[in-house]
Amino acid sequence: MIEVININKSFGDTQVLHDINVTFEKGKVNLVIGQSGQGKSVLTKCIVGLHQPDTGMIKYDGRDFTGLDRKEKKAIRQEIGMLFQGSALFDSMTVEENIMFPLTMFTKMTKKEKLDRVNFCLDRVNLSGKNNLLPAECSGGMQKRIAIARAISMKPKYLFCDEPNSGLDPKTAIVIDNLIREITYEYDITTVVITHDMNSVIEIGDNVLFIHNGKNWWEGDRKSIITTENEEILNFVYASDFMKEIRSSMQEKRK
Amino acid sequence: MNMIWIVFSVPEKWGVFRERLFHEIKFIGINSIPIVALMSTFMGGVIALQTASNMDSPLLPEYTIGYITRSSTILEFSPTIISLILAGKVGSNVASEIGTMKTTEQIDALEIMGVNSLTFLVLPKIMGSVFFFPILIIFSMGLSLVGGWLSLTLSGLASTETYIVGIRSFFEIGNVVYALVKTVVFAFLIVSIASFYGYYTKGGALDVGKSATRAVVSASIAILIANFILTQMILL
Repeated sequence: MIEVININKSFGDTQVLHDINVTFEKGKVNLVIGQSGQGKSVLTKCIVGLHQPDTGMIKYDGRDFTGLDRKEKKAIRQEIGMLFQGSALFDSMTVEENIMFPLTMFTKMTKKEKLDRVNFCLDRVNLSGKNNLLPAECSGGMQKRIAIARAISMKPKYLFCDEPNSGLDPKTAIVIDNLIREITYEYDITTVVITHDMNSVIEIGDNVLFIHNGKNWWEGDRKSIITTENEEILNFVYASDFMKEIRSSMQEKRK
Repeated sequence: MNMIWIVFSVPEKWGVFRERLFHEIKFIGINSIPIVALMSTFMGGVIALQTASNMDSPLLPEYTIGYITRSSTILEFSPTIISLILAGKVGSNVASEIGTMKTTEQIDALEIMGVNSLTFLVLPKIMGSVFFFPILIIFSMGLSLVGGWLSLTLSGLASTETYIVGIRSFFEIGNVVYALVKTVVFAFLIVSIASFYGYYTKGGALDVGKSATRAVVSASIAILIANFILTQMILL
């Protein structure tokens, strides 16, 4: 479980996050949604420690992360897996080396044990046998799956996914979504997904946090987001005229 | 300044550090041998020819050509000019490599894993260059002298014997030490400045290019200033 308590963050005179309070539950896929520039990525970077919040507290299973120094944070960071928007695979390393990297850095596993773990993770994301490819030789969807394999190689307790579907076709996006959901349930981890993609919200959103103007605007689940009357959410969910028409016709049918 | 302290933190895993150090020695050092060899040979040849062409006085012994070629090469041309060339080659390479890693979130990925990205990426580059640049400069000194000999003997301006007498005359090992001390300082400046610009790159591909340019310009200026200060401190 990750608790975000009264987080505020400014860059110069611009306040990006205003008193954000939210709890991301264990064993569930927690989505953070909102329009571009509303502070979703900044919130995630504050949670994982890439940005230091101005005020507030982040707790990982009760452990205060914000008050720790660099060395103390390291221990918690080794429990975090992260899938970046652009995958962030190390382009000078092969697929195998990418996945093996955290194991080499932080475990005393033998070469064979590490290789077994790499093969297990690759198998888990349906990429068995792709060990010797370079990231540049892989498609966007494959790169995301490799990044997921790397993220789970250390058996993380917390998984962060920053727009995991960006740049992917709808079918591949669903594959990635399902993979994230399966891994969350299978390993009982706390997963936080930043997304714009409404398909993802409907597909995997156990808990949904809507951020608007840097504020915690709305919380609920994937069903209630469809039925809410909150205007900002409706503008986000039904952004196009076509979707608005569909919603109107649905409401008329209900009447 | 804080960045330098973090860079010199103890590496997370010595085995990984050793692997990266050898990689950087190959990447930064060994891969620079061809350009250093080419530059040094021609530089030595030109110094010898210019010295010979400017020696009009019959009172000056012929071996002076070898003496001046050696002194210019060891004191200035090899350590400073070759370091300026390396600032261009290695500096732009380091800045763009780290800058690209920054803009593609690879450095964030390292940090989130709990890896000290500065120590992991920058320390092997600094150590590799500080270790290998002096070897490159000694190599450069040797090839410059060979270049001088080739140009003089092929053009018939001096014989091999007089040239060798010249390069052996009034030799002081202190001058070589001075050159190597300068080289170590220049190596540190080139890689640390390039790493700084790369690490603090913000934006995209265009900004990576700008960082690389800034790194080369700043490193070159730093070399010239450090050269002046070190010459004052050591030679005078």
